[in-house]
Amino acid sequence: MSERRIRVLIGKPGLDGHDRGAKTVASVLRDHGMEVIYTGLHQTPAMIAEAAAQEDVDVVGLSILSGAHMQLFPKIRDELTSRGKGDVLLVGGGIIPHDDIDALEADGFAKLFGPGTKTTDIANWIEEEMKTRFEKEGDEV
Amino acid sequence: MSEHPGVLERLLSGDVTALARAITWAEAGDARFQRVLSGANERVGKGWRVGVTGPPGAGKSTLVNEMIGAHRAADRTVGVIAVDPSSPFTGGALLGDRIRMDGRSSDGGVFIRSMASRGSRGGIARATVDAVDAMDVFGFQELLVETVGVGQAEYDVVGAADTVLVVLCPGAGDGVQALKAGILEVADVLCVNKADLPGAERLVSDLEEAVELRAVGLRDGWITPVISCSAGKAEGIAEVMSALASHREWLEEGRLREHRSVRRLAQVRRAVAEALDVELWEAAGWRDRASHLLENGKAHYDVVADLINGLRDAVREKTEGSTKER
Ligand SMILES: Nc1nc2c(ncn2[C@@H]2O[C@H](COP(=O)(O)OP(=O)(O)OP(=O)(O)O)[C@@H](O)[C@H]2O)c(=O)[nH]1
Ligand SMILES: [Mg+2]
Repeated sequence: MSERRIRVLIGKPGLDGHDRGAKTVASVLRDHGMEVIYTGLHQTPAMIAEAAAQEDVDVVGLSILSGAHMQLFPKIRDELTSRGKGDVLLVGGGIIPHDDIDALEADGFAKLFGPGTKTTDIANWIEEEMKTRFEKEGDEV
Repeated sequence: MSEHPGVLERLLSGDVTALARAITWAEAGDARFQRVLSGANERVGKGWRVGVTGPPGAGKSTLVNEMIGAHRAADRTVGVIAVDPSSPFTGGALLGDRIRMDGRSSDGGVFIRSMASRGSRGGIARATVDAVDAMDVFGFQELLVETVGVGQAEYDVVGAADTVLVVLCPGAGDGVQALKAGILEVADVLCVNKADLPGAERLVSDLEEAVELRAVGLRDGWITPVISCSAGKAEGIAEVMSALASHREWLEEGRLREHRSVRRLAQVRRAVAEALDVELWEAAGWRDRASHLLENGKAHYDVVADLINGLRDAVREKTEGSTKER
């Protein structure tokens, strides 16, 4: 009867009002069998981290188009860590330049998906990554 | 991973992450959940449980959001389990109730957990009651369960709540449909939301009439109140809250213990039925036996009879055997 499903929170920090991308990703992940919580527009880093903690998600995906990712993403990572969720699989996407991608991936983010990434590739990547994580956890039980 | 350093201790000391993890274990059917909670069984039952149910889009989440606000204004802490349906095809789910409770959870006195129904058909998930128990042990005073949008038969929430609030709205069917759905039997409080829309008054009077017709001698004297509100405009919330409070007072005047034990019993029965299903179908090989019989041309009702009679005989043999031993 035991069943472990990948739980994902899609967060939309910052001021831009475009969440089509976030919603598209959310529904593609759902179609890949994941349980997806979308928290809506204009979330502060604290709101996103608190929701992630209460929902005990395995994955936090951040979507941003406003260009404020270098300010907001690290803040969200810190807020997650301070709530004991530093081990969550942290990913992001949106309009993010290559240099910033490198910087964030060297700084606690597992993966940044640049513009033009296929949503099914995102889903497959998360699936693979979580499979290894769940297997590792299983060994520890 | 063991539960050290003490998930139960962390839970009791107010660590939200521990509560969240315990609920994840409950959802996964992980035995660690029972180990954690069985150490705190005497703490279960302190919080007040309200189930919020009704058809899809009636405004359950919007109303729950307002209820959280009302409780917080009175300095009461609130734990919420919001259930949304899983896709029967992929098993995935978009959990969208939380978005209507935007901003509430940054307040330390509120915990909101979205839950997918994961194949349960009764409007809540298998782990919903476990999750509410965990929030109860944690110390939340007001415990709210929002069900998936229900049609005409999914009322497992009755077993999970002290008070059941049914939310309807104009346009989602008339009073007769509400009656067909057995709503009067499950509702302790009836709420017609979206009172700002046409048809609301009509729905209220239909429901009031039905309640009156049914009231005499039923439900041990509790007459289900019909309240109208507009959760989207934050109007009529005080009236909803006071109707809920009246039901609570009425139960606390004497019937609460019986009320809860009946519901606990129903919960055990449901859990047994689900466990039996897995046990017989998978472990005891009923799936294979049934498909074998079907392939040999037996009618489906004969297959059912074969399986059930076999079980009955086995149980009878077992009990007769043990009485002889005594
Ligand atoms: N006109 C009007 N619309 C409302 C009111 N309350 C909620 N709504 C709207 O009704 C829609 C559904 O509201 P929800 O709160 O999501 O309804 P729900 O019952 O939780 O829906 P499900 O969880 O999907 O079954 C939203 O668009 C709300 O804005 C109200 O008082 N008046
Ligand atoms: Mg809802």
